[in-house]
Amino acid sequence: MQATGDDIEITLNGEPRRVPAGLTVAGLLAELGLHPGLVVVEHNREILERARLAETAVGPGDVFEVVHFVGGGY
Amino acid sequence: MGTGKYRDNETMVRAIEASGAEMVTVAVRRVDLDRTKEEGILYHLDAERIFLLPNTAGCYTAEEAVRYARLGRAAGLNDWVKLEVIGDQRTLLPDVAATLEAARILVSEGFKVLAYTNEDVVTALRLEDAGCAAVMPLASPIGSGLGLVNPYYIREIKRRLSVPVIVDAGVGTASDACLTMEQGVDGVLMNTAIAEARDSVAMARAMRLAIEAGRLAYLAGRMPRREVAVPSSPLIGMLDGGAGADD
Repeated sequence: MQATGDDIEITLNGEPRRVPAGLTVAGLLAELGLHPGLVVVEHNREILERARLAETAVGPGDVFEVVHFVGGGY
Repeated sequence: MGTGKYRDNETMVRAIEASGAEMVTVAVRRVDLDRTKEEGILYHLDAERIFLLPNTAGCYTAEEAVRYARLGRAAGLNDWVKLEVIGDQRTLLPDVAATLEAARILVSEGFKVLAYTNEDVVTALRLEDAGCAAVMPLASPIGSGLGLVNPYYIREIKRRLSVPVIVDAGVGTASDACLTMEQGVDGVLMNTAIAEARDSVAMARAMRLAIEAGRLAYLAGRMPRREVAVPSSPLIGMLDGGAGADD
């Protein structure tokens, strides 16, 4: 992802990140190379249903957690 | 079976197949954003062929466990959750108060909760009353391989509960799994015993046989234990002059 003048700062998986302004969450996932069907997104501590990924805007100061299933018994 | 700690995905898949397991647990973790091109676990496990049970591994509070359970459900596979709330880092023993609290919340949100707990019969009853779909008492600490340290309490839990009882954690080898099933429980969940065996696929096969054997032995109704010997051969018909020949 190339940083430009029109960037905003968000927190993504615990780290600050600059992303282009005007993205939807679906767009953000695409920029990250993530398939929306394989991850779950928490936006400002609320789980975002997949149907709403394309309609939800990424705003400055937003906190995202993007998670998926991994191997693990305990 | 748990899906953690395998040396590679291929071994994990082959072990699961060899074990005959009908359900595997998966954990919920942040995507590693520097490695998004790598295949995730869903690439290796076909959700159509094996039931994937999200767990709340690594959670130490009820709030955390509820958050993780909700994330697991949002993946869209099912609304089941293996609830774990750990109370102690060294032993990984459950925080049963927090587990009860999380269980009540998750049951009220429509989850099917399978709750990891210790061998306390009272806690098991409370988890059932709270609406858990299954109760999962530990055999011994997670990853310890110590086997079934408290068969008496596991038997009592099974006697008293109506929901399925699945022993989870601490199984180390096939005899542990067999002994556990002999207590009458409905199943066993294991991970390290297979993942850390020298030959995971062979151990998975052994576990499958052990679990079948234990279940069959339980259903067959074992003989009672006695503190005196009871001879297997008749006492009459012995020849004269022997030690046991007197009437």
